[in-house]
Amino acid sequence: MSVHTPHPDLPPPANIVGVIGWSRSNLFSTPLNTALSLFALYLIYLIVPPMINWIFLDATWVGDTREACASGTGACWVFVKVRINQFMYGFFPEAEYWRINLAFGLLVVLAIPLFIKRFKHKGRLAAFILIFYPIITFQLFSGGNFGLTHVETSKWGGLSLTLILAGVGIVASLPLGIVLALGRRSKMPIVKSVCVVFIEFWRGVPLITVLFMSSVMLPLFLPEGTNFDKLLRAMIGIALFQSAYMAEVIRGGLAAIPKGQYEAAEALGLSFWKSMGLIILPQALKLVIPGIVNTFIALFKDTTLVLIIGLFDLLAIIQQAFADPDWLGYSIEGYVFAASIFWIFCFSMSRYSMSLEKKLNTGHAR
Amino acid sequence: MSNTDNASSPSHASDDVTIQLRGVHKWYGQFHVLKDINLEVKRGERIVICGPSGSGKSTMIRCINRLEEHQQGQIIVDGTELTDDVKHIDQVRKEVGMVFQHFNLFPHLTVLENCCLAPIWVRKMPRKEAEGVAMRYLEKVKIPEQAKKYPGQLSGGQQQRVAIARSLCMNPNIMLFDEPTSALDPEMIKEVLDTMIELAESGMTMLCVTHEMGFAKTVANRVIFMDGGEIIEENEPHEFFNNPQSDRTQLFLSQILQH
Repeated sequence: MSVHTPHPDLPPPANIVGVIGWSRSNLFSTPLNTALSLFALYLIYLIVPPMINWIFLDATWVGDTREACASGTGACWVFVKVRINQFMYGFFPEAEYWRINLAFGLLVVLAIPLFIKRFKHKGRLAAFILIFYPIITFQLFSGGNFGLTHVETSKWGGLSLTLILAGVGIVASLPLGIVLALGRRSKMPIVKSVCVVFIEFWRGVPLITVLFMSSVMLPLFLPEGTNFDKLLRAMIGIALFQSAYMAEVIRGGLAAIPKGQYEAAEALGLSFWKSMGLIILPQALKLVIPGIVNTFIALFKDTTLVLIIGLFDLLAIIQQAFADPDWLGYSIEGYVFAASIFWIFCFSMSRYSMSLEKKLNTGHAR
Repeated sequence: MSNTDNASSPSHASDDVTIQLRGVHKWYGQFHVLKDINLEVKRGERIVICGPSGSGKSTMIRCINRLEEHQQGQIIVDGTELTDDVKHIDQVRKEVGMVFQHFNLFPHLTVLENCCLAPIWVRKMPRKEAEGVAMRYLEKVKIPEQAKKYPGQLSGGQQQRVAIARSLCMNPNIMLFDEPTSALDPEMIKEVLDTMIELAESGMTMLCVTHEMGFAKTVANRVIFMDGGEIIEENEPHEFFNNPQSDRTQLFLSQILQH
């Protein structure tokens, strides 16, 4: 009987691994591919170096006045630097900036344990944040008691207003969306039609109309003298608008859960709400995390539309600064700054959603 | 079969009867799926239901825990009649366990969590105690070592045994099996059948929709043959297989026993 000796594993040839191997197979595999690669490289060469020069190397960073930028050929970041407080805090009184800082600092501190693996009371902490944090934040922003001076909502603005609008929109639209999605799949005809009508109405009108109506038309229908806050109206408008989108995203997730899961939950004697809360929604929401975050990102950027009802979010307050006669002609810097702030927030959301998906992936059994 | 006499004798004590179907009809739209089903199951009885696909056998056992609604007739389980009353339905579901063809484990929960869920949320059992119960049943189905894994990491046979353990954790009086081995690879069928045989030996009332005729011969007290939404024939297994009364049963048996 012959004895079989397994062939030893040899290292792969040098030209199929590493940088050389990768570029050979991905960039220069065919003549057409090679031509396209070289063309792309040329485009990068055309665009990227001048951009870097403008943003970083030739830009003016120091100084407090327009004159500081007179000699520079690149971006004038002095403009942003001088205005940064307004961009962040809007027209909030300068002496009270600490209140906004405290509010956002508090959120960061409270949220840290949520990201610590060993922390056991995540659910309770999250509930605490959801219930009490908005109250604390509102108190800090608005003031009026505890010795804090009252600051009207018309003075709120800048990035802090953007974050508040987006935060309220996100926190309100998710649960509302879940309820609407469940309602739309309900067997009860009245519940179902109410949800369908609600969703289709809010999805059918542009957000800009919603905001405009809430701020201009709504007061006409309300009895004389009733006046509730413009910012509050915008928040409600955004939350209702986004919840309709959220409902449709979540409905997609619900539809993707096999019937067997519902049946197994029912057969075990779980009530409707328990089977939704414990079995169906955890799976459905996990499936549609990309869709949910997509809606969040859209919502975050849509908050810029509050400009038309006279609220000064980050973008609006930057645009408003262009009109300053001292700083005419620096709109590009302003827009680049606004874009990068928005990009940082949106990109973080997208990365967080990816890590969440990875963490929650337990594999799908049949 | 030692217990056939016991099973085929008429029941005198009605509290012995745990499931009663009286003149049950069901329609899917225009389609008449169940036609005048009458069935009595006594405590501790093991019944195998067979028949061609579309004969209504799954629908019938799914009516017993109200996964399907019946439109006419009465279904009484453990003294509770199934009506639209949610309380009655919950009451029955607490006492009736079900095992599905496709296992239907909850993929986002570990095996242990799958088993603990209903005892904790339906029976209001403290978590520690529920985990103890779950581990006991996982040992019974011989996979305690998989408790921390997710269903997706197990083989089909293992998943089905977990599904059986999950149902048993609710401490049901009655177990329904809806083609429990039909989705399994051949070499995994045995481990699931062995678990079911063990369960049968412990005195559990069982209704199994299955085509495993070997299982029917070993454990059933009664075999029911359904076709076209009707119960065509019911008999103790020996008689059923060796001396089928109706031509329809003969044809069915000749087709499935040939190989």
